[in-house]
Amino acid sequence: MSITYLEAIREAQAKLLRDDERVFIYGQDVGGTFGGAFKATKGLAKEFPGRVLNTPISEDSMVGTAIGAAINGMRPIVEMQFADFSSTALNQILNNAGTHYWRTNISVPITVRLPSGGTKGSGPFHSQSMESIYAHYPGLIVMTPATVEDAYTMLIEAVAIDDPVIYCEHKYLYYHLKADNLPAEGLPTGRARIAREGRDLSIVTYSAMLHEALAVAEQLVNEGFEIEVVDLRSVKPLDTNTVLASVARTGRLLCVGESFPWGGATAEIIARVTAEGFHLLDAAPQRLNAKDTPIPYHPNLWSAHRPNANEIARKARALLRE
Amino acid sequence: MLETATRRKKSARSKAAPHERFLEAFRWMLLTRTLEEKLVSLYRGGLITGGVYIGKGQEAVSVACGLFLQKGDIFAPLIRDQPGRSAFGEPLLDVTRTYLGSRQGPMRGRDGNIHRGRPRDNQLAMISHLGAMVSVTVGALMAKRFRGEKNFVGLSCIGEGGMQTGAFHEGMNIAAVEQVPLVVVATNNHYAYSTPNDREFACHDLVDRAIGYGFEGYTVDGIDLTNCLDVIGGAVKRARAGRPPQLVVASILRLSGHGEHDDASYVTDEIKREPFARDCLKVAEQTIVDLNLADTEALAEWRRDAAAQVDQAISAAQKEAAPEGDKEDWCAISTRDLVDSLE
Repeated sequence: MSITYLEAIREAQAKLLRDDERVFIYGQDVGGTFGGAFKATKGLAKEFPGRVLNTPISEDSMVGTAIGAAINGMRPIVEMQFADFSSTALNQILNNAGTHYWRTNISVPITVRLPSGGTKGSGPFHSQSMESIYAHYPGLIVMTPATVEDAYTMLIEAVAIDDPVIYCEHKYLYYHLKADNLPAEGLPTGRARIAREGRDLSIVTYSAMLHEALAVAEQLVNEGFEIEVVDLRSVKPLDTNTVLASVARTGRLLCVGESFPWGGATAEIIARVTAEGFHLLDAAPQRLNAKDTPIPYHPNLWSAHRPNANEIARKARALLRE
Repeated sequence: MLETATRRKKSARSKAAPHERFLEAFRWMLLTRTLEEKLVSLYRGGLITGGVYIGKGQEAVSVACGLFLQKGDIFAPLIRDQPGRSAFGEPLLDVTRTYLGSRQGPMRGRDGNIHRGRPRDNQLAMISHLGAMVSVTVGALMAKRFRGEKNFVGLSCIGEGGMQTGAFHEGMNIAAVEQVPLVVVATNNHYAYSTPNDREFACHDLVDRAIGYGFEGYTVDGIDLTNCLDVIGGAVKRARAGRPPQLVVASILRLSGHGEHDDASYVTDEIKREPFARDCLKVAEQTIVDLNLADTEALAEWRRDAAAQVDQAISAAQKEAAPEGDKEDWCAISTRDLVDSLE
């Protein structure tokens, strides 16, 4: 059996609908016979009548409706057609869902699925990575699964969590990534994973950039370097301890993220490691993000805009020389 | 007015004769006016931090919003809805504790004034971003429908200012798409903070939007309590009976500033002479006198009772401890082991 990252997301939702009558899926084109822009809900509307519901193009009210249902006992999953469009639901996500538990003591168990990140030709409005924006605001959990296994178990966990979860699934991984089986359970959310052990440099990353980092690590073996790669799995909570432990082993840190460079998850990791593990560092920590421009359409520009294996390798070599 | 009302069917909630319901509504309005005058005086005396937002002039509309809802219905009040909140069951202590910052209030000092609510008791806690609570109400109603509950409605309040937001538009549209039993009561108080109607919208009549959304639309004279009870009560009844979502647009003048920090100097003398600028509480009291629904002693007794309730709620809240920064549980999520710790 071979299952893709996208199929894992579909299977997780099928299991959730099967096992928990509080679950429903709400989003544009998710229902009917269509099954979503990426087919993440394919067949589910038929299998679970009345529980996989098409919505108007109304991101704000999709999330508002999910919030109302969640505080009244349901476990809604909202599918944004693209992460980029969740910007028009920021008010409901940040100001309503994100503040609700703090203000009223009533938690809001919604899961918002964000098909995130770039693919060739998708351009400025279908390629964004929004995790840093959501992580910045209080009251939200932000998941960034990088593997088929995590895509499956973390989505199931997201729905079980009593708080709002922003589940950033990477579109580039939808079809590229395959696994033999789906696990019954995975690492708990909030725990980073050592994806590859090493001794010379820690690359800390998440989502699709994990695979670029792993490719670079393989490549640099030929140059005599053993690179440790940490998959954060969730950017909030951020597993600072695992990152610090890795830096303690390697003395060097490179953070890689696909989102824009100003602030964000990579900056946060460097800030924490510098503040709490300054003595562990043998060189100034570095980071690599996409460029500080909107995401370009043309494949030649797109592949230069996002961090890619060549860029990561160049940055890693520079750090290793220090 | 009452004669007209007596010909109507009884409300779903109250088995009382219409004049009894009128008097019940009047007493919630009176209680609110008494409470809010006291809150204003506390604010002016520096005893309330943040702001005080009162609903003077809107009491008749608001009380009708709360009065016809039953246990299990969903209520999403907005800024100027104290009578509706009280009629729906909010204890006065919730109000005074929130305004005075008691740790024992529903918001525990974490949020203030009109942002309070008790979602477990179906009274939603508004956020300041107007229009956002319409879709939240829709979701609450969908949850009830998913569970197979029957005979419930939701009522979401908005002003003509909030009606101009994108969130309101999306909320109205999705309510109609989902065909939930929702009543939206929109009160045009003629100013969004200081901005008059002619800079807020350009349509002939806000109620005309109902048909565009797939709602049934009604207008109501917001200074006439009988009319408010009749029209809003009717809308609640129709929504409960399975009619499409209902939009009721009321017309009043806000007889205060946006908040007590605002002297409302922008309100023109001309608009103050409009029929909708009358004080609904005085109009209702005149109706009581004219139709001899209660004698002067009863009115005086109700005033005394309202004052006593308000004094008690304020004095109780004033005795309670305020939250303290170094003892606060600084945690924005309920899942403790997923708190992101910077320590």
